[in-house]
Amino acid sequence: MITVENLHKSFGSEHILKGLSTTFDKGKTNLIIGQSGSGKTVFLKCLLGLFEANDGKIIFEDKAIQDMNDDEKRSLRENMGMVFQGSALFDSMNIEENVMFPLRMFSKKKKSEMLDRVNEVLLRVNLENVNKKYPSEISGGMQKRVAIARAIVNNPKYLFCDEPNSGLDPRTAILIDNLIQEITKEYDITTVINTHDMNSVMEIGEKIVFLQKGNLAWQGDNTQIFKTDNKDVTDFVYSSDLFKKIRDVQIKEN
Amino acid sequence: MKYLHDIGSYFLMLRAVFSRPTKGSILRELIFKEVDELIINSLGIVAFISFFVGGVVAIQTALNIDNPLIPEYLVGFATRQSIILEFAPTFISIIMAGKMGSFITSSIGSMRVTEQIDALEVMGINSLNYLVFPKIVALLFYPFVIAISMFLGILGGWVAGVYGGFSTSEAFIQGLQVDFITFHVVYAFIKTFVFAFILATVPSWQGFYMKGGALEVGKASTNSFVWTSVLIILTNYVITSLLLS
Repeated sequence: MITVENLHKSFGSEHILKGLSTTFDKGKTNLIIGQSGSGKTVFLKCLLGLFEANDGKIIFEDKAIQDMNDDEKRSLRENMGMVFQGSALFDSMNIEENVMFPLRMFSKKKKSEMLDRVNEVLLRVNLENVNKKYPSEISGGMQKRVAIARAIVNNPKYLFCDEPNSGLDPRTAILIDNLIQEITKEYDITTVINTHDMNSVMEIGEKIVFLQKGNLAWQGDNTQIFKTDNKDVTDFVYSSDLFKKIRDVQIKEN
Repeated sequence: MKYLHDIGSYFLMLRAVFSRPTKGSILRELIFKEVDELIINSLGIVAFISFFVGGVVAIQTALNIDNPLIPEYLVGFATRQSIILEFAPTFISIIMAGKMGSFITSSIGSMRVTEQIDALEVMGINSLNYLVFPKIVALLFYPFVIAISMFLGILGGWVAGVYGGFSTSEAFIQGLQVDFITFHVVYAFIKTFVFAFILATVPSWQGFYMKGGALEVGKASTNSFVWTSVLIILTNYVITSLLLS
C-alpha cells in the first residue's frame, strides 16, 4: 500500500501539485486520471522518486520515502516495476536481454535460472518466440507487453504504468489493461496507472484518483465515477461523444 | 549565468559518474562494447586521414623550401614535428569530437528522449555511472589511436616524399631522427589523455541533460561538437604553455 500525505511539488514559481492526500491499495489497479496538464505525470514521477516533493510524504507500507536512507531507497526501487508510455525498452538489447536486465542487475541467480524466469514472464504476457528480436522489430502492443514483462520479472511490490495503452488500437489497449489487472491480482502488487483513457477507467478502475489543476478533485471507483455530481469529473468523463451517447440512452431508458 | 550553471552541472555529473558503481560483470561488458564502438570503429577514418595528411605535410614542406642551404632532411623533420606535436593529438581529437562526440551525444540523447534513462533511474541504477563511466574507461585506449595516427602520418609523409620525388628515403629518415626530443612524445600523450577525458565526458554531458525531442538531439550533437572542440583547443593551449614554454 502507498499512502500520500499533503504532497506539494513546484517547479520555480509554478505550483504543480497542491497538497495531494490519498492511498493506493495493494492488489488493486489504482488509476490517476485527469486532463493534460493536471499534474498526473508529475505525481507519478514523485511516487517513483524521480522528482523530489517540496512538502508532504509518500509512505510505502510504513516508511516515508523522505525518511529513507540511500540503501533503503535503493532497496525500494528494486521493488518497483515501471511501464513507460513509450515502453522505454533498451534499443541496444534484444527482448530477452531487456527482460533479463533487472535480474542481472539485482539478483544472484545463475544465467539458466534467469533465462527460465524470463521465459516464464514472457509467456505470462503472451509472448513467444520473440526472445532474440530487437524492440524495433516488434509491434507497439508487443513492446508494451515486453515492458510489462520487464517490470514484473523481479517480483516487484509496486507496479507503475504511465499511459500503458496510449498509441494502441482499442482491442490491444483492452488486452493490455486486462493483462495489468490480472498480474496485479496474481502477484498481489500495488499498481498505479496514469491514464486519461476512459475505457481503462471503465475496465480496470478499482480505485480512481481524479486530478484537476494539481488538486485532488475526486476519488472513488469505476461505478461511482458515472454517478458523481462533481462537475469537473462529469466534464472530463462526458467530454467523449461515446460516453455522452451512453448517458443519453441511460437517461431515456430510465 | 547560464555558463556558470552549465559548468556546475558538468562537475556535478562527474561526481555522479564516479559514485555508486554498476555491477562489475555488467560494467565489464559495457566497457568492451564502448571500446568496440568508440575505439575500434574509429581506426579506419583515423588511419585514412592520418596517412594522407602526413603525405600532404611532406609535399607542402618540400615545395616551400627551395633554398639549397636548407638540408633535404627538413622534409622528414617537419613531417615528424607536425604530426607528433599537433596533427595526431590535437587535430585527430577535433575530428573525433565530430565522429565520436556526436555519436555519444545522440545515443545518450535518444535514450533521454525515449525515457530509457528514466527506466534506469527507476530501477535504482546510477544512470550516469552506467552510461558515462564505461566511455571514460574505453577512452583510456585512445592514446593507441593517436599512436597509430602518428605512425601512419609519418608513413604517409615518407611515401609521398620518397615516391613523389621530393626527398630521398635516407634524407627523410635522417630528418625523423635529427634533434629527436623524447619529451615531445610524452607531451603529446599527456594532452591525448586530457583530450580523451574531454571526448568522453563533454558529449555525454550534452546528451544526458538535453531536453526535448528528436530535433533537440540534433542540436545537442552540434553543441557537443562546438563545446568539445573549444575545450580541446583551449586545453591544448594551456598544456602547451605549461609543458613546452
